[in-house]
Amino acid sequence: MTQASSHQSSAAQMNAVARDSLVDTRIVLAYFSVSLTFMLIAMLAGLLFSLQFLQIYPFAGIEFFSPGRWRFIHTAGVAFGFIANAFLGALHWSVPRLTLKPVLDKRLSWFIFFAWQAIVLASVVGFLIGHAQAVEWGETPVWVDPVALLGLILVGINFLSPILKAPGPMYVTLWYFIAAFVWTVLVYAMGNFLPEYAVGGAASGALIGLYIHDLVGLFVTPIGWGLMYYFVPIILKKPIWSHGLSLVGFWGLAFFYPLNGIHHFLYSPIPMFLQYGAVISTIAVEFVVATVIINFFGTIRHKGDMLRTNLPIRWFYIGMVFYFTTCLQCAFQVTLTFQKIIHFSDWVVGHSHLVMFGVFGFWILGMITYLMPRLLGASGWYRPSWNAWHFWLSGIGLLVMFFDLTVAGLVQGFAWRGLALWEESVIASSPFWLLRMITGVAIIVGQLLFICNIVMTAIHKRTVEPTAEPSGTPAHGAAATT
Amino acid sequence: MFESKSGVFLIAGIGFFSLSFLVMGVLPWTMYLDQPELTVEEIAEQGILHEFVDLAERFPKQFEEQYPGGVTTASFAEALELGHKIYVGEACWHCHSQQVRPVSNEDLRWGPVSHAREYQNVLQRPVLFGTRRVGPDLAREGARRSNDWHVAHFFKPTIVAPTSVMPEYPWFYDEDGYPNKRGFAIITYVQWLGSWLVEYPYYQGEGPAGPTTDDAINQRRAGTQTKKKETDF
Ligand code: HEC
Repeated sequence: MTQASSHQSSAAQMNAVARDSLVDTRIVLAYFSVSLTFMLIAMLAGLLFSLQFLQIYPFAGIEFFSPGRWRFIHTAGVAFGFIANAFLGALHWSVPRLTLKPVLDKRLSWFIFFAWQAIVLASVVGFLIGHAQAVEWGETPVWVDPVALLGLILVGINFLSPILKAPGPMYVTLWYFIAAFVWTVLVYAMGNFLPEYAVGGAASGALIGLYIHDLVGLFVTPIGWGLMYYFVPIILKKPIWSHGLSLVGFWGLAFFYPLNGIHHFLYSPIPMFLQYGAVISTIAVEFVVATVIINFFGTIRHKGDMLRTNLPIRWFYIGMVFYFTTCLQCAFQVTLTFQKIIHFSDWVVGHSHLVMFGVFGFWILGMITYLMPRLLGASGWYRPSWNAWHFWLSGIGLLVMFFDLTVAGLVQGFAWRGLALWEESVIASSPFWLLRMITGVAIIVGQLLFICNIVMTAIHKRTVEPTAEPSGTPAHGAAATT
Repeated sequence: MFESKSGVFLIAGIGFFSLSFLVMGVLPWTMYLDQPELTVEEIAEQGILHEFVDLAERFPKQFEEQYPGGVTTASFAEALELGHKIYVGEACWHCHSQQVRPVSNEDLRWGPVSHAREYQNVLQRPVLFGTRRVGPDLAREGARRSNDWHVAHFFKPTIVAPTSVMPEYPWFYDEDGYPNKRGFAIITYVQWLGSWLVEYPYYQGEGPAGPTTDDAINQRRAGTQTKKKETDF
C-alpha cells in the first residue's frame, strides 16, 4: 500500500516535472488510433465470417474473400492489431510515469511503432494469399514470425531499460510488466517455431496448446492486470486494498497459468497423465484469480458509486466481473465431463469472446475513454452520451452473444453425442448464429459511435464542454446520461 | 525476492515459464521420440491411393495437364503436400477437426478413435487436431465419399448438402468446371485422411467398423441407442 501511495505522489510530482520529456503523448495517441482501426477491421472480419454461417456470405466464390482467411484476420487482428497496439500505447503512458524515466530511446519507439504496423499488415496480406501457419492464434505466416519476434524483443528492451534504471522497490504493475516482457518473447518463439521446425504430431499439439494459452495468460493477462493496478488506484484516488493479495495474485498466476496448456486438447492422443495435470492447474488458477478479484473489489469499497458516475471505472470493473466469470467457467469446462459435450462446439467460441472482448477489450476501451481527451488536449468529450451508448451496446451485445453461443454449444454437443445427422446440428444452430450476427452488429455500432466521438472531439477540441475530470465527481458527463 | 526486479525476471519470467515448458512441452515431446516422423515421400511410397488413380481416369485431360508424368509416387506426394497447404491456408482446420475422441459416441459416427501414432508425419506438423467442428471430423474422411461427390462439394457445397454452411471454393476449378491443380490436390488430401487404417476403405458406409454415412448411422442409431446409454455418461 505504501508503494501505491508513493507511486501516486510520484505521479503528482511528475506533473511538475517537464512531462513531455518523459511521456511522448503523440506515440500513445498513434498507438490508440491504429488499435481502434484494427479493432474495427477485426470486428468487421468476424461479422463477415458470421454471414457464412447464415448462407448469406456476400463475397462467395471470390478467392481473396475466402471466409476462412478472414477468420484468421479476425482472431489475429484482435490479438496483434487491437490488443497489442493498445497495450503498447498504454505502456508508453504508464511505464515512464511509474519509473520517472523515459523509455530507452524515442526513435526506437517510433521505429517499433511503424515496424509493428508493417508486421500486422504483412500478416493480413499473408492470410489473404493463403500463407497461414497451422498454429491457432499464431497463424502469422512463417516469413513474418522472425520479424515479429525481433519486434517483441525490441519492445522488451525499450521498456525494461527505464524499469531497471528506476531505484527502489517496484510497484505491482511493474512486476507484471517485467514478467510479461520476458514471457511474450519466450512464448512467441516457442509457439511459432517449435511446432513448425522441430516437432510434429501429438507433441506439437501440446506445444500449440501451451502457446494458445500463454498468449492469453502470459502476454495479454499480465499487461492487462498491470494496467489495472495502475489506472484503478489513480482514478479512484485510493491505494490498492491489500499488498499481500497483490503478491499472491501475481505469483499464483506466474506459477499456475503456464501449466494449463494441454487443457486445450483433452481426450486427444496426448498422454492422459499430462491432461490431468493441466486440468488440476487450471482449477488452481481459479483460486488465484479469486484473490485478485477480491483485492480489486476491496479497493473500490466505499467508492462503489463511481461505478455509476465514472465511465472508465465502469469499463474496468465490468471487465473484472467478466474476468471472474470466464475463470469460473474455466474451472468447470476444463473437467473431462464438460469436455465430452462442449469441446469443438460454440461454447468455446462464446468463452473466448467473453475473455478477449469482455475483459481485455473492455479494459482497453476504458483506458482509451480515460486518456483520449488528455491526449487530444480537449477538456472533455464531444458527446459524452455517445460514450455511454458505446458502453451499453458493447456490454449488452457481448452478454447476449455469450449466452447465445454457450447455449448453442450445448445444443450442438448433445446433438453430436446423440448421433443426430450432422445436418441436424447445423440446422439447430442456425437461429443461434443469426442472433450471434445481430449482437455482433450491435457491438460494432457501439464502436463506431466511440470512434466518431473521438474524431469529433479532436475536431472540436477547443469548443467541447469541459466534462469533469474522470475522477469520480458525480458531474462526470457520461454519467449524466446513463 | 518476491518484489525485486531480478526475482520477478528470473523466477517468474524465466523460471516458471521453463518449468511449464519442460512439463507441458518437452515431456510429451520425449514420449514420441521412438516413433519416426514420416515424410511425404515415405507416405507416398506406402502406396498410391485408389482415389488418386480414379481422379486420373475420370479427368484424363486435366490430370495430364497438371501432372504430365501421370500417376507416380512423386505426383501423389506433390498432390498431398499442396492439398495440406490448402487445408491450412483456407482455414479448413478452423471448421473441421482431425481427431476422433474416445467419448460422445464419436467412434460410432466416424470410426476408430485417433491414436498418437497416426500423427507422426510431416503433414501433421503442426498437428491439425482442430479447434471447432462446424463441419464433421475429417480424420476418417478418406474414401467415405466418391471423387465426384467432392468435385461437386468443393465447387458449391449446397449442391450436395443443401443446408451446408461450408464456403464454396470455385478457385479449385478451371473455367470449364474441372478440378485444377488445387482441386486435385485438396481432393487427394481429404481422400488420404484415414487411409492408413487397416479398416480402410469405408466406402459409402460399408467399412468394417460399421456404417459411416449419415443415413446408415441414423438407421443404426435406432438399434444402438439403448445399448450405448449405459456406457456413455
Ligand atoms: C465455415 C466452416 C467450414 C469451412 C471453412 C470448411 N468447411 Fe467443410 N464442411 C463444413 C460443414 C458445415 C460441412 C457439413 C455439410 C456439408 O457436407 O457440406 C462440411 C463438410 C465437409 C466435407 C464432407 C464431410 C462428410 O463426409 O460429410 C469435407 C470433405 C469438407 N467439408 C472439407 C473441407 C475442406 C477441405 C475445407 C477447406 C478447403 C473445408 N471443408 C472448409 C464447414 C466448413
